[in-house]
Amino acid sequence: MSTVAITSPGRPRGSALGHLGWVLRHNPLTALASAGTLLLCLVAIFSPWLTPYDPIASDVQRALQPPSAAHWAGTDQLGRDLLSRIIAATRLDLAIAVSAVGLSFALGAVVGAFCGYVGGRLDRAVGRFVDVLMAFPLFVLAMAMVAALGNRVENIVIATAIINLPFYVRFARAEVNVRRNLGWVEAARAGGESHAAVVLRYLLPNILPAMAVQISLNLGWAILNAAGLSFIGLGVRPPTPEWGILVAEGARFITTGKWWLVAFPGLALMLAVLCFNLMGDGLRDILDPRQRT
Amino acid sequence: MTIPLLRIEDLRVTFSTRNGPVEALRGVSFDLRAGETLGIVGESGSGKSVTAFAATRLLDRAGRIADGRILFRGQDVSRLSDKEMRLLHGAALSMIFQNPRAALNPIRTVGLQLADALRAHAEMSAAAARAKALDLLKAVLIRDPERRLDAYPHELSGGMCQRVMIAIAIACEPALLIADEPTTGLDVTTQKTVMDLLARITAERGMAMILITHDLGLAAQYCGRVAVMEHGRLVEEAEPARLFSAPRHPYTKRLVAASPRLDSTLHDLVAGAAGAPGGAPGGAGVARADAPRPADPAGTPLLLEVRNLVKRYDGAVAVDDVSLAMRRGESLGLVGESGSGKSTMSRLICRLIDASAGDILFDGEAIGAIPARDFHRSRFRRDIQIVFQDPNDSLNPRFSAFDSIAQPVKRLTDLRGAALRARVLESADRSGLPPDLLDRFPHQLSGGQKARIGIARAIAVRPRLLVLDEPTAALDVSVQAVILGLLDRLRRDDDLAFLFVSHDLNVVRMMCDRTIVLQAGRVVEEGPSAALFARPRSAYARELLAAIPHFAPGPPLAAIA
Amino acid sequence: MAQAGSIARTAGRAGRRLLSSAPALFGVLVFTFLLMRVLPGDPAVFFASGPNAGKAEIEALRAQMGLDKPIPEQLVRYLGDIGTGQLGRSMTTGQPVLADLRERLPASLELTFSALLIALLLSVPLGVVAALRPGSPIDHGVRLLCALGVCVPTFVSGLLLIYVFYYLLGYAPDPTGRIDVFAASPPNITSFLLIDFALTGDWAGWRAAASQLVLPAVTMALFVIAPLARITRASMLAVLGSEFIRTARSVGLSRPRVIVTYALRNAILPVLTIAGIVFSTMLGANVLVEKVFSWPGVASYALDALLASDYAPVQGFVLLMAAIFVTVNLVVDILYGIADPRVSVT
Repeated sequence: MSTVAITSPGRPRGSALGHLGWVLRHNPLTALASAGTLLLCLVAIFSPWLTPYDPIASDVQRALQPPSAAHWAGTDQLGRDLLSRIIAATRLDLAIAVSAVGLSFALGAVVGAFCGYVGGRLDRAVGRFVDVLMAFPLFVLAMAMVAALGNRVENIVIATAIINLPFYVRFARAEVNVRRNLGWVEAARAGGESHAAVVLRYLLPNILPAMAVQISLNLGWAILNAAGLSFIGLGVRPPTPEWGILVAEGARFITTGKWWLVAFPGLALMLAVLCFNLMGDGLRDILDPRQRT
Repeated sequence: MTIPLLRIEDLRVTFSTRNGPVEALRGVSFDLRAGETLGIVGESGSGKSVTAFAATRLLDRAGRIADGRILFRGQDVSRLSDKEMRLLHGAALSMIFQNPRAALNPIRTVGLQLADALRAHAEMSAAAARAKALDLLKAVLIRDPERRLDAYPHELSGGMCQRVMIAIAIACEPALLIADEPTTGLDVTTQKTVMDLLARITAERGMAMILITHDLGLAAQYCGRVAVMEHGRLVEEAEPARLFSAPRHPYTKRLVAASPRLDSTLHDLVAGAAGAPGGAPGGAGVARADAPRPADPAGTPLLLEVRNLVKRYDGAVAVDDVSLAMRRGESLGLVGESGSGKSTMSRLICRLIDASAGDILFDGEAIGAIPARDFHRSRFRRDIQIVFQDPNDSLNPRFSAFDSIAQPVKRLTDLRGAALRARVLESADRSGLPPDLLDRFPHQLSGGQKARIGIARAIAVRPRLLVLDEPTAALDVSVQAVILGLLDRLRRDDDLAFLFVSHDLNVVRMMCDRTIVLQAGRVVEEGPSAALFARPRSAYARELLAAIPHFAPGPPLAAIA
Repeated sequence: MAQAGSIARTAGRAGRRLLSSAPALFGVLVFTFLLMRVLPGDPAVFFASGPNAGKAEIEALRAQMGLDKPIPEQLVRYLGDIGTGQLGRSMTTGQPVLADLRERLPASLELTFSALLIALLLSVPLGVVAALRPGSPIDHGVRLLCALGVCVPTFVSGLLLIYVFYYLLGYAPDPTGRIDVFAASPPNITSFLLIDFALTGDWAGWRAAASQLVLPAVTMALFVIAPLARITRASMLAVLGSEFIRTARSVGLSRPRVIVTYALRNAILPVLTIAGIVFSTMLGANVLVEKVFSWPGVASYALDALLASDYAPVQGFVLLMAAIFVTVNLVVDILYGIADPRVSVT
């Protein structure tokens, strides 16, 4: 209030799509990341038609060839085309990340929002527990869970979802907590809404944009997590193409200079995570009320 | 002719924003002599604070002095290097800020922060600095100064923090002190003690002061000269007596008229603010003749009766045994400082929270017995509505204005479709909100417009009791005047009862038939507003009234001291 | 006397924190126990799974492992064992788990602490510099580094570092283990090789151990530099924009005083909190890094056991992680209590 009141009448009143266009034009990096994410999803959907070779057909004649015109990313120890394997892995990796994050978001947001709204002793207890859990080495926990539940893809999803859960509970709690005493929440009560309706129809939609940022950042984390688990031999098993497994297979040949076996799957992982993270950052910038006109 | 202490010539400041540069100051000029006290008054966005920050070269990164000169003792401050400027800061000119708690380093003791300021401009041992810091704390009348030296800001009250800030600002005996809204956010009695202290210290040490405030009364009471700013320009500058009796510029006229005074009536205020920016059609105009309401026929139950209400939070008592009664169509004021329990009262009566003990009767029925959790299903829900303090927080950011008004109508009445739409439009119209604003979202609306939506939402279900929780506290005075006029007209038209909760005694006096004064959760005085304000019986009410800044014709306080 | 009060306050806070993390710690314990004992197939069958394993052999194994008792009894026995330091025996090494862990823990801690040190030494200055010049090339560089840093999985960056520094350049030694197979170990004083070599003045040995340590430590540091630099930058920016910094400038404090005493000391508080979480992330990342570099730490030990369905070491490992994590949280709390007088006694 010590500075000028900045008013910009008119501008953002167009369609939501127009606003999106305006935002993307002014955040080239976000636009790029969004395009990358879209591309990733397309590759995941159409991967069977995009692979130049059969991702699991081995050809020992061509084992361990460096990148060439025929094999852009080289071949592995069984002569399988690495690029095809990387493309084929996209679907699995994205599916794991998306379903794990979806699960933990759905559960975490609702639980967190209710805790934050109700407050009191239960809320403090949940908050305390979540804080403690978050500070625990979560990868170790995920490892133990997958090992115990069984070495299957579903269990990677469950483990990843569980270790993501505290983030959503905590986030939703904090976001609801700062809003629960605002005028419009009390006004909704005065306007005849029940507590449950206030949480579900008023507070949740309001924290959703902020949660979207969290989801985007978390997707990257979930991918790293799943890849890490399969790298150490948990979850997905060879010969199923998966980025973590591809790196693990290539690791054996790194001291003999077969760099492409690690570099290309690593690059795929990195790009996927980068896209999700940049998109999350971009979303945060867009949604930050201080930067909104 | 001697050189003035500070001369500002045609100062222009621009801020770079996402939407391009914005001019905050468009050519401001004034002089300040040594030892003089100047008040700069204006509403939000007028550029009054920007002037102060530009003059001390403390603008944030986005702000830039585009043109003009700032001559301090004849030297152009805007051309000094950062290093030269650092030597001036604190030693020759210093500042006091709006939010004293935030203005102090939270993890450094008060004594060390004072010592930092002292040692920034003089070679001094730590022990000597500590001794000097103690003297300074004594000078700003802090009780138990030895102990306070080792205190952290969070251990002090807001008023105390501001005294510490004053001590830091005067530590190196600057010639000029700029106080930017030094008492905004403080209670009115604290405001008075802080301002009296500032006036005394500047007078004793012969320091010049610029007081930046939105409160015309405060500036008039404490300053020898008052400058009025609007839209980055200084529109009028005069002695307070002249400014109040014969304002020349149209904006000053409006501002003077819209500022509540000890003797102003609602009619004065609204008439004066008629041309203000917040004054949309339907906003102005108050029934002049205050014909007394006909008395209720005998046997009619009281509209609201509160008996021995108590509310405790985790052991602390917020409301302590409060009883009150309201007739239909009556307006009752609830005044008190922070911590008086007035906001808790408004939420208890609105049945948003449950009381710890006591009864609430509405129309003779014990609504206090219905848990707040289930009150939304009660038939009394639509009878009691509330208007909230901060218009920015009181609207769901994801609802358009129309949805915000329509939501309670949908929940609490049977109106649907065209009838619902008609009701929303009618409420908006009666609240002075043009229909073309109804599809806008809160961030596309001004504070005054948002306040109108809050009112429209509350009256749309045709309540019988409206709880107003500081409805104008966050608004500029000219907008406040219009909103107060609007509320008063709605009350008369609909025979609404008002429970008007406010810290502003002048506003309550104008708006309410009766007034209750709360202190620490208890009723200290109650009576008809006119009598209570003319002849307060309790010491606390007298203290509150005496603390209201007002302009009394005669030499300003600073000049006498 | 103010000092004594604040120490008492901090101690009280730490004590309460210790108590309040007890239920969660217990929860982790039970959780691990249940996961390990209840869900998978019969470990006895797995272990005896020679094609000629008889029923009697399996039964004997079950009894030896206590698997024939009811679950609650197994849990109670398990908790009792932990109380007396009996973490069971590893099936794969044949040693008591406690001894195995004790032998391997210094390797993990040396790696993790070195990595944390490298990360803090790089990230805090980077974050501060970026915040002091927002929008400058340095700032953009730091932000790019942060964005990239969190995207590269440790196992990929570790392998690529091996490729570059071992295969291509030949600077780094063979990436297997803490010490060269042919080199002599130092006398065991602290079990931290770098310290032991330094204490005995064997600088050639020190250099050899350090060169083994550098790549894995850098790998792990790279992963956590990003979050640390990011939070330093954000918190420094927030503090620099706060009102008390304006106050400090308005009374003419010198620039170093404003930046260090006023800004940095406040900005470091959130970094401290994040550093606790980062440390815990690193404990998890240890699993990956130790596997990549064949580092003989507790994580690779637990991983080998896990893949062999050998439960006792995994339980011991998770328990150890929980203990370390409680200790780290306590340390962070105590530091926070010293750095921030506002932490209340609640």
